[in-house]
Amino acid sequence: MSSVSDRMLTSDPVVEVENLVAHYGSHKVLDGVNLTVNAGEIHIIMGGSGSGKSTLLRHLLGLRRVTSGRIRLLGHELDGVHRSELQELRKQIGVSFQGGALLSSMTVGENVTLPLREHTRLDESTMAIMARMKLEVVNLGGFEHFMPAQLSGGMIKRAALARAIVMDPKLLFFDEPSAGLDPVVSAELDELILRLREAMHMSIVVVTHELESAFRIADRMTVLDCGKILISDTADKVRNSANSRVQDLLNRRPRVEELDADAYLARLTGE
Amino acid sequence: MSFGHRVERGYAVVALRGDVDLARSPDARALILQCLEQKSDLLVDLSEVDYIDSSGVASLVEGYQMAKKEGLKFGLIGVSEAALSVLKLARLDQVFPIHADLDARLLDDG
Repeated sequence: MSSVSDRMLTSDPVVEVENLVAHYGSHKVLDGVNLTVNAGEIHIIMGGSGSGKSTLLRHLLGLRRVTSGRIRLLGHELDGVHRSELQELRKQIGVSFQGGALLSSMTVGENVTLPLREHTRLDESTMAIMARMKLEVVNLGGFEHFMPAQLSGGMIKRAALARAIVMDPKLLFFDEPSAGLDPVVSAELDELILRLREAMHMSIVVVTHELESAFRIADRMTVLDCGKILISDTADKVRNSANSRVQDLLNRRPRVEELDADAYLARLTGE
Repeated sequence: MSFGHRVERGYAVVALRGDVDLARSPDARALILQCLEQKSDLLVDLSEVDYIDSSGVASLVEGYQMAKKEGLKFGLIGVSEAALSVLKLARLDQVFPIHADLDARLLDDG
């Protein structure tokens, strides 16, 4: 790792989660989650389906209210944050959603420019150059006039990333960058994430279940299982963890649960 | 205006310093375009830039494009490490004429 990254890794946390509990109805999906992401760090949140990683991301983005616990982003408490403070905070945070979430009625260029129009009063020509630069960064130079429907899945992901980084956010959330992509495109995106961290000093939180990609880019990883954190540590320590459930996940071994016969019967009979 | 410029050996030299970000890049852009409107060959000194974001780099791109249209010389000097990494991200280090300082640029000009 370069000296630039080393220096950044010693900085203050950009994400702090304390004892986060979340429910869907009566079902507890996050159970006392603690998480710290340091400045300049690429932090992977990993886990299988139903592990709670997507719910955790939605909480980090302020899209869901917490049942209990605290979330701080860039030093700001999310719960009870004043509207104007939230607006300022959002300028410094980029989000690249799993499906891209591009507006289908706008060109790629208009989609990428959108955050600049919403949050800045920059000159029109400056905004246009910024959007084109970010499209170049994600290897979509010349695609600004295309409509989202004309792009492949990998291109949509890259366009969404261009929009997420157009404001040069301090903190970038990237949901499932590799999902549905072929290995070469996936590796290119990983490379891009590393370059963004180096050049723009971004702190990047990636939610993924793709192991190969995760270990390629991670400084630290948090592994979730059934709403609880199994481990949150450096990529090497996660790889060598003695926790059998972590190793099951890393080696793609299915979970073997002891059957609670009474509970199973109750579920089947609805009692 | 938060940035200054000087005239030195035939060039207007705009010295950017500190953070050239969303808040300050409009000032940088205005100064760069103002110098070019006065038909000055222009160098932008980035040696004291701690951080430059995309809006700052976009101002440099716009300045370079305008200089080309007007047939004026344009370049960057003293590009700090922080600025260079941002230029490299968009491969703009291969687009702008970049020199260590004014002397190096003049030597290249011949």
